[in-house]
Amino acid sequence: MTHFQRYRFTPWLLMAPQLIIVGVFFFWPALQAVEQAFYVEDAFGLSRQFAGLANFIAVLQEPDYYQALGTTVVFSLSVALGAMAIALLLAVQADRVLKGANAYKTLLIWPYAVAPAVAGVLWLFLFDPTLGLVSAALKALGIDWNHNLDGGQALLLVILASIWKQMSYNFVFFLAGLQAIPKSLLEAAAIDGAGPWRRFWTVTFPLLSPTSFFLLVMNSVYAFFETFGTIDTVTGGGPGGATTTLVYKVYQDGFIGQDLGASAAQSVLLMILVGLLTLIQFRFVERRVQY
Amino acid sequence: MRYQRPGLDLASHLLLAVGCGLFFLPVWLAFTASTHSMSDLYANVAPLWVGDAGLSNYARLIHDPVGGLGTDVLRLLANSMVMALGIAVGKIAISLLAAYAIVFFRFPLRRLCFWLIFITLMLPVEVRILPTYEVVADLHLLDSYPGLILPLIASATATFLLRQFYLTIPPELVEAARIDGAGPWRFLRDILLPLSKTNIAALFVIMFIYGWNQYLWPLLITTNADYLTVVVSLKRLLTTGDALVPWQDVTATAMLAMGPPVLVILLMQRYFVKGLVETEK
Repeated sequence: MTHFQRYRFTPWLLMAPQLIIVGVFFFWPALQAVEQAFYVEDAFGLSRQFAGLANFIAVLQEPDYYQALGTTVVFSLSVALGAMAIALLLAVQADRVLKGANAYKTLLIWPYAVAPAVAGVLWLFLFDPTLGLVSAALKALGIDWNHNLDGGQALLLVILASIWKQMSYNFVFFLAGLQAIPKSLLEAAAIDGAGPWRRFWTVTFPLLSPTSFFLLVMNSVYAFFETFGTIDTVTGGGPGGATTTLVYKVYQDGFIGQDLGASAAQSVLLMILVGLLTLIQFRFVERRVQY
Repeated sequence: MRYQRPGLDLASHLLLAVGCGLFFLPVWLAFTASTHSMSDLYANVAPLWVGDAGLSNYARLIHDPVGGLGTDVLRLLANSMVMALGIAVGKIAISLLAAYAIVFFRFPLRRLCFWLIFITLMLPVEVRILPTYEVVADLHLLDSYPGLILPLIASATATFLLRQFYLTIPPELVEAARIDGAGPWRFLRDILLPLSKTNIAALFVIMFIYGWNQYLWPLLITTNADYLTVVVSLKRLLTTGDALVPWQDVTATAMLAMGPPVLVILLMQRYFVKGLVETEK
């Protein structure tokens, strides 16, 4: 018998702390969000009325919501693809050189530990219109940089800061994935006359696809949620909503605009979206465990 | 290996060196800026080399209340430390016990408990901020350490990792312990905990960094400067209205804010990489 079976009380005692915390701080609020999404509250929060799907319809008819959705898609894709491309490029080099791969890992891993808000501050300083080194260089090239006025530049700045922070996470996974590829496969390809470029695209890259897919999901989740700190410190969602992502909008409508119903409806829509992403990831995890 | 080419190796090293340098550049420039006085900074563009006001800048921030914050940076660092340690230790402690119950016991509703805990993996705190805020306000936990820590512990990431690890422990160990008359607590203390040391270290690194770097949650529930964390304070330092941004203070605070988590990751890199790659697999 490989389990403790005669203990009836002990497992509940062991589970209790986690069940209580999850119940109070997860299920209670999550259910309230779902409930709130179906009610309309008056301006003073004194009374509320069941509104059915009115909150959802209102949210889905709002042009701002689609702007935020569009921003989120552009932002997430740019961050995910940018951070993955740079990480893959560097990981392939580190895997190639053998000597010093670990030293490079140490030199590249630390941005993972930097808070998104701190990453935002670092990049904000680089691009500061009066002091920034990069904005000064751009000015010399004839480009006028001011992310406080130009929405496209603001979005680009937030994307760059987010890529900078996320690259190291991807680097760790790509390097681990590359090191797990049997060298004999690459040797065989080399003997058959495939050059380094060809070997990469026909052997290495396909074998990395599980890692890449996993990272695509993780990077999207990162871009959705964890970049809140970056966006808030760098642009505060502006200018003109150019950097307002879906999560930022939940915060803005709920805490700044005090529109509880709309914020809750957006939360529920987000939950569904993230739920789908997680399901995809779980399916993938199941598949990967097999080999 | 014969197919390695020395010329390409050199190019690889070069590319990596440039990459490392570019990634370090923003931190270096923030560091140099933090060592200049404000008038020095605004005399030109951001300086490439350190100035002579470094010690006085940092000493001032650590000792004196910072304008706009109402407290000194040492207090902010202490708050961040309490929050990060609370989240790391708290999450590991409750997850350790819950995963132990799920893997090594058979009891009614076990599957339900499993799903109740694991469904939390799907929804980060950012999605349910508003109702969570209300719950914490109802419990009178705004502006308090438990309020900062508890809602962020309510997730199953650590439980998931520990469960995966426990499942790899050979059943014979449990059997042997039972035959020797060890009860569940004894088994946990003398066998399971020593075996989980590496995994716990890895989780600690990941959770400490996660806790230290939290932004949205502490931003919402701290109105009292006594509970403000250093990461959240940056935005307040940047918000100066029409006045010039005191970049020497902002960059110095940013340097202090990234110090502890970067130190943790560099010192415990081995565990971190192992933990990260194994958790997510």
